[in-house]
Amino acid sequence: MTASPKVGLFITCLADLFRPSVGFAAVKLMRDAGCTVEVPRAQTCCGQPAYNSGDRKDTRAIAEQVIAAFEDFDYVVAPSGSCTGMISKHYPELFEEGSQWRLRAEALSAKTHELVSFLVDVLKIDHVEAQFDGTVTYHDSCSGLRELGIKQQPRQLLGSVKGLTLQEMEEAEICCGFGGTFCVKYSDISNEMVSHKTECIGAANADTLLAGDLGCLLNMAGKLKRQGSNVQVRHVAEVLAGMTDLPPIGEEH
Amino acid sequence: MEIRSPQFKNNAREALVDENLQSALGKMRTGFTSKRAEARARLPEFDDLRDQARDIKDHTLAHLDLYYEAYEEKVTAAGGHVHWARTAGDARDIILQICQDENAKLVTKGKSMIAEEVALNDHLEEAGMEVAETDLGEYIIQLRQEPPSHIIAPAVHLTRSQVEKSFRKSHTHLADDRNLDEVSSLVNEARQVLRQKYIDADVGITGANFLIAETGTSIIVTNEGNGDLTQTLPRVHIVLTSLEKMVPTLEDVSTILRVLARSATGQEFSTYTTLSTGPRREDDPDGPEEYHVVVLDNGRSAMIGSEFQDMLRCIRCGACINHCPVYHAIGGHSYGWVYPGPMGSVLTPTLVGIDKAGHLPNASTFCGRCEAVCPMRIPLPKMMRHWREREFERHLTPKLSRTALGFWAFLAKRPALYHLSNSVLVRLLRVLAFGRGAIGSLPLASGWTRHRDLPAPERNTFQELWRSGGYE
Repeated sequence: MTASPKVGLFITCLADLFRPSVGFAAVKLMRDAGCTVEVPRAQTCCGQPAYNSGDRKDTRAIAEQVIAAFEDFDYVVAPSGSCTGMISKHYPELFEEGSQWRLRAEALSAKTHELVSFLVDVLKIDHVEAQFDGTVTYHDSCSGLRELGIKQQPRQLLGSVKGLTLQEMEEAEICCGFGGTFCVKYSDISNEMVSHKTECIGAANADTLLAGDLGCLLNMAGKLKRQGSNVQVRHVAEVLAGMTDLPPIGEEH
Repeated sequence: MEIRSPQFKNNAREALVDENLQSALGKMRTGFTSKRAEARARLPEFDDLRDQARDIKDHTLAHLDLYYEAYEEKVTAAGGHVHWARTAGDARDIILQICQDENAKLVTKGKSMIAEEVALNDHLEEAGMEVAETDLGEYIIQLRQEPPSHIIAPAVHLTRSQVEKSFRKSHTHLADDRNLDEVSSLVNEARQVLRQKYIDADVGITGANFLIAETGTSIIVTNEGNGDLTQTLPRVHIVLTSLEKMVPTLEDVSTILRVLARSATGQEFSTYTTLSTGPRREDDPDGPEEYHVVVLDNGRSAMIGSEFQDMLRCIRCGACINHCPVYHAIGGHSYGWVYPGPMGSVLTPTLVGIDKAGHLPNASTFCGRCEAVCPMRIPLPKMMRHWREREFERHLTPKLSRTALGFWAFLAKRPALYHLSNSVLVRLLRVLAFGRGAIGSLPLASGWTRHRDLPAPERNTFQELWRSGGYE
């Protein structure tokens, strides 16, 4: 590793569109850890909507675009387990074994990390300088948990935030029902799943819900809002970076 | 069995408002999962055994012809018969013929998903035979004339009081004051009725969890012992099974059995593991005089060498179903055919066609819990995605989804245009939010806003803010 690792931030389409502050929180956390962070303009989305709809051709085209835009960085970091999983676990499979693109995809895969896992597992950060007065509960997003093994890392860093109490909910590892286009295509089933999730959130008696993926966060925040819940929703990076001045997800700006 | 998979969305909608079903599903949501987790925690080598089990099946599938030759030789040498059924119809006809040759009036049956797959009961009943299911769950759904909703717990969709009602309706000998409040009293009542059936049966039909090439043996695992009575008491025993059940040796099957019950019910071992090798020998105290094995293909051999081959490792433990949040929401009948949950979402399109079963592999969030618990390490989400690819290639994806996807992909491949359109979209959503933090109704996104609000975006896209020098 060089003295100041050069990181390409994969902002993710949802953070770009709905929650830029997640991106700025990610930048702050990585700069504090001594990284140089850049944001390539030539990025759009990781390609999951096409990939999970069976459209291999467009998925490959988007993957090639991401690979070309990011392969010169020391690391690629995304504030999402789902997009990170797409790049690190699925991109290589899109290309024929032994092909140039396959090799480039594998090289990118090896240096792509989810934000919190990057801080803890790669940069060996064991605490952050932040303050958050409140009780939070943490939802484990599926891809981060099961594809990337992210479970302890966010809890470890949250444990170092002054004033913060972590209250675990029941079934924290169960899917919230987002699933990309699933939540729109099978909205009734998705609704049942997110309703079960908000029941578990409510029972945890926390005032803030945190997670590492905006898809899940928008889904859970939207349901909590519809139910009139007072639980506030934020991306975990906002709390770790101490950037909680702006309103929570789904609240008035 | 009628294929109701094309109506998946309607089936699911009905299931979501079915109070009895939701009550039954609420109980299974945590029961199976915590038992499996405990069983796994008690066996440190559990995950290593999963690797071994996977390797055994992969090896077997690579040499399936060889093992079947050896198997058939052993069965024949022991005095049994092996029948090959290419289609469901072939399997039904072979079994009907054996029963008719026996002049069978009453046929008892152990639990067999293959019998469900080929709709065996209807076929035998149409020929004038009585078919008695002896597994308690199967017995209950036979009384109710329903298909199973789970591959190892066929009646898991029912509450105890629904079962009691079905018993009182069918068992007309029951006194009104007979207490059926406990599960055990229901079991005893079923046993009373079934006892005579075992004795009177002319033919007993069971499934098989495994076939062993080394010895020509078929194995069933049960918790009720009904399988043993079904297969040892009648004069004829028919094993109805499918191509992928083969394992090379007794040693191999021991390895797989160590992960089977733990994954299924959290038991170390099922209560009964019964090995059958041929008909009764001269000095055997009991056993059938005829022993037939019917091996069903029904499209499975075409999976070998395809992207769906890994599915043939499945040992039908039901762990993927027990851990599936979609199954927990809608239950097994919503899937519309024999096999529900993640394993059904991969297998059903193979057996009935992706044109009919297209919803199944699409109705998944890819949460990955099924793959995480599968004892045979079957990449279920990956194979569901393969089905979506086949659908996309064959233009079976709904037109609206395809058009929307095409439009999105067009933009996603053109970063400059994409950023511009995102900037416009953010402003549009801000307007629609009317200064509030969330949008309650959005005509083009009603799938989202029917059930939840859409959080409004911040003022600008990240790319805009970053290019303009950051955040104020």
